Amino acid sequence: MKENVLTDAIRDPIRVGLFVTCLVDLFRPSVGFAAVKLLEDAGCRVVAPSQTCCGQPAYNSGDRGTTKELARQVIAAFDGCDYVVAPSGSCAGMLAKHYPELFADEPEWTAKARAFSAKCYELVSFLVDVLGVSRVSARFDGLVTYHDSCSGLRELGVQRQPRKLLASVEGLELVEMKSPDVCCGFGGTFAVKYGELSDAIVAQKTANIAASGAPTLLAGDLGCLMNMAGKLQREGKKVAARHVAEILAGMTDEPAIGEPKTEARK
Amino acid sequence: MSARDDILANIRASLGVTGAEAPRRFAAKERLAQSPEGVIPRRGQGDPAARVATFKAEAERAQASVAEVAGAADVPNEIARYLREANLPATFRMGEDARLAAMPWSETALEILRGPSDGHDLNGVSAAFAGVAESGTLALCSGPDNPTTINFLPDNHFVVVFERDIVADYESVWRKLRERYGKGAMPRTLNLITGPSRSADIEQTLLLGAHGPRRLHIVMVRDG
Amino acid sequence: MTHQPTSSHFKENAHEALRDAPLQKALVHVRSNFIQKRAEAAQRLPEFEALRDSARDIKNHTLKHLDLYLEAYEAKVRELGGEVHYAATAKQGLDIILDICRKRGAKTVTKGKSMIAEEIGLNDALEAAGIEAVETDLGEYIIQLRGEAPSHIIAPAVHVNKDEVENEFRRAHLHLPKDRDLSEPAQLLGEARGVLRDKFLNADIGITGANFLIAETGTSIIVTNEGNGDLTQILPKVHIVIASLEKITPTLADAAQLLRVLARSATGQDMSVYTTLSTGPRRPGDPDGPEEYHVVLLDNGRSSMLGGEFEDMLRCIRCGACMNHCPVYHAVGGHAYGWVYPGPMGAVLTPTLIGVKEGGQLPNASTFCGRCEEVCPVRIPLPGMMRHWREREFERHLSPTTVRAGLAFWAFFAKRPTLYRLATSFGMRALHLIGRAKGRFSFLPLARGWTRYRDLPAPQGATFQSQWRAKSRPVA
Repeated sequence: MKENVLTDAIRDPIRVGLFVTCLVDLFRPSVGFAAVKLLEDAGCRVVAPSQTCCGQPAYNSGDRGTTKELARQVIAAFDGCDYVVAPSGSCAGMLAKHYPELFADEPEWTAKARAFSAKCYELVSFLVDVLGVSRVSARFDGLVTYHDSCSGLRELGVQRQPRKLLASVEGLELVEMKSPDVCCGFGGTFAVKYGELSDAIVAQKTANIAASGAPTLLAGDLGCLMNMAGKLQREGKKVAARHVAEILAGMTDEPAIGEPKTEARK
Repeated sequence: MSARDDILANIRASLGVTGAEAPRRFAAKERLAQSPEGVIPRRGQGDPAARVATFKAEAERAQASVAEVAGAADVPNEIARYLREANLPATFRMGEDARLAAMPWSETALEILRGPSDGHDLNGVSAAFAGVAESGTLALCSGPDNPTTINFLPDNHFVVVFERDIVADYESVWRKLRERYGKGAMPRTLNLITGPSRSADIEQTLLLGAHGPRRLHIVMVRDG
Repeated sequence: MTHQPTSSHFKENAHEALRDAPLQKALVHVRSNFIQKRAEAAQRLPEFEALRDSARDIKNHTLKHLDLYLEAYEAKVRELGGEVHYAATAKQGLDIILDICRKRGAKTVTKGKSMIAEEIGLNDALEAAGIEAVETDLGEYIIQLRGEAPSHIIAPAVHVNKDEVENEFRRAHLHLPKDRDLSEPAQLLGEARGVLRDKFLNADIGITGANFLIAETGTSIIVTNEGNGDLTQILPKVHIVIASLEKITPTLADAAQLLRVLARSATGQDMSVYTTLSTGPRRPGDPDGPEEYHVVLLDNGRSSMLGGEFEDMLRCIRCGACMNHCPVYHAVGGHAYGWVYPGPMGAVLTPTLIGVKEGGQLPNASTFCGRCEEVCPVRIPLPGMMRHWREREFERHLSPTTVRAGLAFWAFFAKRPTLYRLATSFGMRALHLIGRAKGRFSFLPLARGWTRYRDLPAPQGATFQSQWRAKSRPVA
């Protein structure tokens, strides 16, 4: 278990490289800025090196060659950072758990990858487990429910930490859905390659979300959120989906996922 | 090359060995000889009284019924009582187990048939080799003393287990077997029985009496 | 009832399964029961996690010394009067068993549940040879009447509801009076018990599988709740055990470790009702038991898995926990997988046994949620091995061209960060403009795979990286 490290903003700020993730970069940058705010509020100095993708789509499609190229690229880009933090359990899981194994037959790169992986974290667990953050100063009135994304949960043990910080959000009440830890059916390319199957699985999930009674859905992975929000909207269910970072940072000016600006919810 | 030769050769090729390597041969030989034990749950451990209590609780959890009698001489009356209260015929089949034979059956009006069951018996009585506290399990050995067919064919199975034979865990059963049969030897059949027969194959509904006995009644004997 | 694999049609099978209302109703039970029971059993035993590690280590050790333990096992079985037969292929396994049946003039064979027997198509071969083969496990008996394959490795009829069972019994049990009430599971069980009791007592040969084969004592272990495996093996004159190589376990002490995690992982019981250890034919003085005891050891691809990427799969103890926890299995059930082994373990094992061309779809139909690995009692890294299959398919260009092309297009940009930032900056701004009125797309060319089933949110506009640079924030 990593030790809690409290930063001293005056003397020696921790230099955190933000691994923004391609989905956040392309579809919902506000999540990235929420992550930056949370990290800076906790005393970190945040940099965002030029980046593209952690390589998961190639990795899970069996293209090890492309995955290794992208991994080398990422490792090099984040070389000067003390930590690498991603607002996504699946991307952080890729960086923290799978990178070393990619270079099994190259001892030099295995060592580099191991050193790199050791400093990679998912955002909320980084705040709680490494920086020792126990509360945020945000406010959000209403009932929310939280979905545990698979990689974050099973690869990185992210479960307790988001709930801990959400509990400190003023006005917010968390109600658990049935089976919050069951897959939403996204699975990256699976959602497209096995669309009908993915749809059946996400339908189970949206039924549980609706049954919870919460008008807001939160999670720590944009892929899962886009999948669940897309299905909720297709079904006409009135649940707003946001990334947990947005709530924790008190940055909910942007409309919820898939909502147009005129219907922006605060 | 026979299939045996083919298979062994392929295994060795896949593992990258010839089979003659001394360290491997030693490791396998050692394991078979020493039989190292792994993780043993604490659940069944404790002094004899604790083991008996755990055995009873676990057996009941598995839907067996459990009664305790003071001595071997009390067993016939307990079985007669059970059959009477369950409205079952006062007849049963049992093997040649000396411990059972020595019990005062004539004190009851029970009719006893001896030998293996052929499927026409409603009730069967056996004496256990051991009881296992960790899961409320009975260990029964095949042979003329307690024919295996009596464990499965009758509708109702009564098993007498002496409390001194209730051990903590399966490892202790293996030890008892070694003492009785020798290292590396086994009876033809060892049945580890935990509760009456059951199935949940129809709509996940749990039902008792699938092919084996519908009822398992365990009689624990305190002394003797 | 043939078992030609249809795994290459998994997508079509899944499509049918999603539309199968009785199946979907049955799957609701699978989703909750098995999971809760396993969780309770694990919670009740403080040593459960340590036992999983122990079980994994025993399996790994055994596999690394499999040749030696096989030899030791064989010697022990022969010493006690049993016969050991080696079958390199499914066909050899069938020939050996049919030969024994023919030599004994067998007309009826009772069978305990055996996935290996399914794998080699034993029932079909017996029927073709004019021998009646009766499945005695209640679930297997039901699907045998229906002419189906099992849909789950420990609960083979999990997809069948009680009305369907009643119909089958009425159709097949000719003595059954029409007015007999069979509306409840207990009545159906009673009917099956009566019919099968007759078969047990009159069978010439009993065939079972084995959960474990103990080298120390030459013992085969079967685990059942019904007692059908026991009646199968002690009543007939001949008992045949059919098991694959990796069932070999060094000692009784090792078996105790494995038994402690098996039932808990499968059904949430601490122990199955009947754990039976059989060692050879009847001894002098035995009043019951088989006169002949045969063990058929099947390879059928296992020896080639050793020392390779899929060796870990040989640790599998066939508990079914993986499929009990799998969201894909929950959605479509076992038949969709198209062959003998469903769920995550089936997704890994099927391509090794029937080839990646036939079975290659299965490891692709996974979200890699990881629940299977989380509950596997011997800690098999199932998603990782499914990924190995995807790598093999990629190397051999077996994935569809459109998918490969799409990935190549994306990879081209992903490997070139500056170009990527320029292209995405432009692309996302454009997409935002198109979609900003509704905030999402219910239809989008090139994203039809997605929008067919769900809406796609419109991008917020400028990408994160372009905004970051616009604000002159640090990139190093």
